[in-house]
Amino acid sequence: MINFFHSGGCHDSCCLKVQHLSVSIGGDKILKDVNLHVHCGQMVALIGPNGAGKSTLLRALLGERDYDGNIIFSVPGSRKARARIGYVPQTPNFDPGDPLSAADLFACCLSRRPAFLGQSKADRELITECLERVHGEDLIDKRVGTLSGGELQRVLLALALEPMPNILILDEPLSGVDIEGQTELMDMLDEIRKTYDLSILMTTHDFSMLPRYADRVVLIDHEVKIQGEPKEVLASDEFARAFHIREV
Amino acid sequence: MNLWYMICEALPIEMLRWDFMKNALLALLLMAPLFGMMSTMIVTGRMSFFSDALGHSAFTGIAIGCIFGLAPTPVSVAFSVAFALLFSYVRSRSNQAADTLIGVFSSTAVALGIFVATLGGGSFTKYNKYLIGDVLSVTPREIGVVALVLLGVTVFWVCWGNRLALVSIHPQLASSRGMKTGLTQTLFTVCIAVVVTLAINWVGLLMLNSLMVLPAASARNVSKNLKQYHGYSVLFALGASLGGLVLSYHLGASTGASISLCLAGIFAVSFVLRKKIS
Repeated sequence: MINFFHSGGCHDSCCLKVQHLSVSIGGDKILKDVNLHVHCGQMVALIGPNGAGKSTLLRALLGERDYDGNIIFSVPGSRKARARIGYVPQTPNFDPGDPLSAADLFACCLSRRPAFLGQSKADRELITECLERVHGEDLIDKRVGTLSGGELQRVLLALALEPMPNILILDEPLSGVDIEGQTELMDMLDEIRKTYDLSILMTTHDFSMLPRYADRVVLIDHEVKIQGEPKEVLASDEFARAFHIREV
Repeated sequence: MNLWYMICEALPIEMLRWDFMKNALLALLLMAPLFGMMSTMIVTGRMSFFSDALGHSAFTGIAIGCIFGLAPTPVSVAFSVAFALLFSYVRSRSNQAADTLIGVFSSTAVALGIFVATLGGGSFTKYNKYLIGDVLSVTPREIGVVALVLLGVTVFWVCWGNRLALVSIHPQLASSRGMKTGLTQTLFTVCIAVVVTLAINWVGLLMLNSLMVLPAASARNVSKNLKQYHGYSVLFALGASLGGLVLSYHLGASTGASISLCLAGIFAVSFVLRKKIS
């Protein structure tokens, strides 16, 4: 069951709690007995080899997959408020020929006014405000298919931040983004989490960023192999085994 | 209709002396925005081959209706909708590519149509009008149906347009925003099925696909956003319809073919201009 309400325990600062989560797809056990806590304002990175079940875990959190166990989202200090989840999907490939501007993308998601009639002044102001959060206000009239990997991630991030979520979930935000763009994106995520006091849970294959930005790292290979501070996890035997790193 | 006839007679245009031309002009003025609008999402959702397959299934429905002595239009609408729903069901549960499945469904529908039409040594020629179509033979009653369909599609576009655009462009992103992608796709599929089946009587199978694909294909070449995309698509469909009607009147060629050729001409021009504009 997904419980969006405050449940006590884990002090008052726990934003997401996963208890004994198991997911099976067609008889194969993809995830078994996963336990995970994300505290408020924390940035937690999920790492693991391909096919380890990272994306499956995110889908279960988003309610797109059946599972056994408990997923509890809670808003600190409130017993009734429902936690809002913002989700940035794995870099979607937009067709470069699609005549869809960034403003259209926001209008399709946020406005009741049909996007094919263009945006009202109020809608355009809201969209500009959203894009300003990711320093992307100049992207408003660009076609999404022509954006670079980093620009597209920023637009999708701005979209996930409206309405402002309590927890932001990102699936491989760094893939398809060049090194410079990666640092820029991680700096931005860090800034956003501090400014808006939200928690971030992301999957990634880029371990070099972890010590600098992540509060905690969770290594998953169908089950939680190890979790803790980035340096501790990256130096562990479990990490070496999961990624077939030979001991020197 | 009387008001329309009075307007036409007040205009100093020679070809509007004929009632069938007045009917055809009004029908095209209603059909062009309808197809212009629908073609945007058909092209964006990569469903142009699917709409063609639906045209074939509509033809099969007509053949079945004729054989069993039922009114062909309602039977073919029902058959196309069933065809579209069955296709959506199989696509969501199969790991085959969409175009492969469309090939499977399309060829089956055509085979079934010809099989039913020629059952017991029947002749195929009476079905020719559904292949080539004749917009000049459109009746005032049919124009009423076109107007109703245009109204229905416009309402669907206003209420579901945003969801439909996002689902067509990026289904995963749409579902991550809590949109019901399956329902939206199914509704649009049913909408295409109904429009294609009704339109096959007016414009024929051959012209149908050019009207379903070319306006938006041309508009994509010169548009930067959804507003321009829809605007140009409707404008191109209208321009080609009027141009084709005038051309066919003066040259004595098939109206459907003339309109298709005008659309092809617009596509060629938009293709040349694509870099200058975007």
